[in-house]
Amino acid sequence: MALTDDGAASVAAPLANAGPAVEARGLRMRYGDDDVLKGVDLTAAPGEVIVLLGPNGAGKTTTIEILEGFRMRSAGEVAVLGTDPAVGGEAWRARLGIVLQSWRDHGNWRVREMLAHFAAHYTPYATAERPRPRDVDALLEAVGLADRARAKVSSLSGGQRRRLDVAVGIVGRPELLFLDEPTAGFDPLARRDFHDLVHRLADEEGTTVLLTTHDLDEAEKLADRILILADGRIVAEGSADELARRVGTGSEVRWTRDGQRFVHAAPDGTAFVRELLEQHGDAVTGLEVRRASLEDAYMEMVARHESGRTAEAAAALEGIGR
Amino acid sequence: MNRTAHLLRQGWASGGLALMASLRSVQEMLGTVAFVAAFCVGLSFMRGRAVEGTSVDAATAALPGVLGLSVVFTGVVATAMVLATEREDGTLLRAKALPDGITVYLIGKIVYAAALVLTTVALLVLPGLFLFDGLAAGLARGWPLLLGVLLLGMVATIPFGAVLGSLFNNPRLVNAVGAVPIFALTGISGIFFPITALPEWLQWIAQAFPVYWVGLGLRSAVLPDSMLSAEIGESWRHLETMGALGAWAVLGLALAPWLLRRTARRVSGANVEEARQKAMQRV
Repeated sequence: MALTDDGAASVAAPLANAGPAVEARGLRMRYGDDDVLKGVDLTAAPGEVIVLLGPNGAGKTTTIEILEGFRMRSAGEVAVLGTDPAVGGEAWRARLGIVLQSWRDHGNWRVREMLAHFAAHYTPYATAERPRPRDVDALLEAVGLADRARAKVSSLSGGQRRRLDVAVGIVGRPELLFLDEPTAGFDPLARRDFHDLVHRLADEEGTTVLLTTHDLDEAEKLADRILILADGRIVAEGSADELARRVGTGSEVRWTRDGQRFVHAAPDGTAFVRELLEQHGDAVTGLEVRRASLEDAYMEMVARHESGRTAEAAAALEGIGR
Repeated sequence: MNRTAHLLRQGWASGGLALMASLRSVQEMLGTVAFVAAFCVGLSFMRGRAVEGTSVDAATAALPGVLGLSVVFTGVVATAMVLATEREDGTLLRAKALPDGITVYLIGKIVYAAALVLTTVALLVLPGLFLFDGLAAGLARGWPLLLGVLLLGMVATIPFGAVLGSLFNNPRLVNAVGAVPIFALTGISGIFFPITALPEWLQWIAQAFPVYWVGLGLRSAVLPDSMLSAEIGESWRHLETMGALGAWAVLGLALAPWLLRRTARRVSGANVEEARQKAMQRV
């Protein structure tokens, strides 16, 4: 997905003195007696890609919808592009891009006419640094829908529809882009293209991206920083590497000796392997060392949380990413 | 760029694109064509007979009622259905996500409903001009009044479609709960038979709603004064018509944008996802 339409390359990086793109302090959300968010703190620097991970019902979508100005929070301080989303006006909204979880709207319109119509909403909000909207045909090309331009929206496959939603989300050249499970239904190629697109948005246009996903591999590829949300709280925060190093069991070592398969969990895999080879030498075959992955870290975090040791887990993770 | 001009242009485009999409949809076109054809055929059976005590063709006399029905049906029921559906499928949420999206959406809906009404009216009136005696003569004199009543009738009814659509979050419910009273009201509003044939208390109920006044206004535009004997007070009551429709229009226009914004505020991605799941279970 190339974004080589006019103006894209000349888009200036965000000003060095600009404040954070998103800043939330003590965000709370309560429906009746049910606390969905119990004090979420979240900061995103301009141009940063942040991935929100967490089990279903953890509050990811609620968090995003509060930041988008679609929901009123119960308590807490929020500034999105310097404005409280509860009172953000149309000019503020023009600086955001939003891709929601499921959209089935405008099914009987054609792909290009829909994108072009939405694009025109942004015309009055163009600035020198951010020409708005993006060129519609170049964008269709970029998301791989150029050959479906005249197709009815309802005739698109699930993955194509999702790519159209992403195109609508970025047609206004947003400074901040929200993506709620954007790659659901993508085939592997479309997924890789999408990851490429997100990197370009962040690198070339300084777009801040806030994304939720259930795909840990995707989180690892995209995120500058990962936040793990569980039961309305952020229970861990850091890069994929940092999270993996911090949680889990270190490394898992597998080998074969005398026709027998061994598995051993070692806090320091390298030291363990050195010792193993010194002891048994050539007798060891089929050696595998697997460092704890983001998946291990995630599973561990959620498991700890679900067994009621949230506080302990959070304490163990404190300081990560600083 | 002038902001108002931009909003109007975008709203106009939105309504136009929605209309084009409807025209391309075989299902929706068939619905409209079937509606028009059914009434044309029905009216042709009445052709050639005069209304008792007058020289007015019975088909011509009945046409204003059919036009009135299509105004009310499109203005209220169709608008409500569209809104309830679009709230569920994420269209309203999409409007919220775009700058000026809600304003553009509202203007687009009005343009769309108006175009739909005018299309239906044209489809009914054009063949009628050749088929029904006296219609051409009536319209030659009354067309400005006809257009005026149609316009006012739409402004008086479309906001109520919007209100109805925002009260019910399920398009199927709109049909059940919304359409039935509208049909009942249409039945007592003098659209299909003279209102003076009804007991007086029913006449009063009918006169409280815009359906009756749209019908009366349309009859006054098309029919000669010899038809007055079937009307309350044997008068076209132009002032009362304007007053009643105007009052409904003001009330609706005051209520609808507020209700719609409130509805739009409450719709969220989670609602839409939930509705999708439910809709899938029903299939």
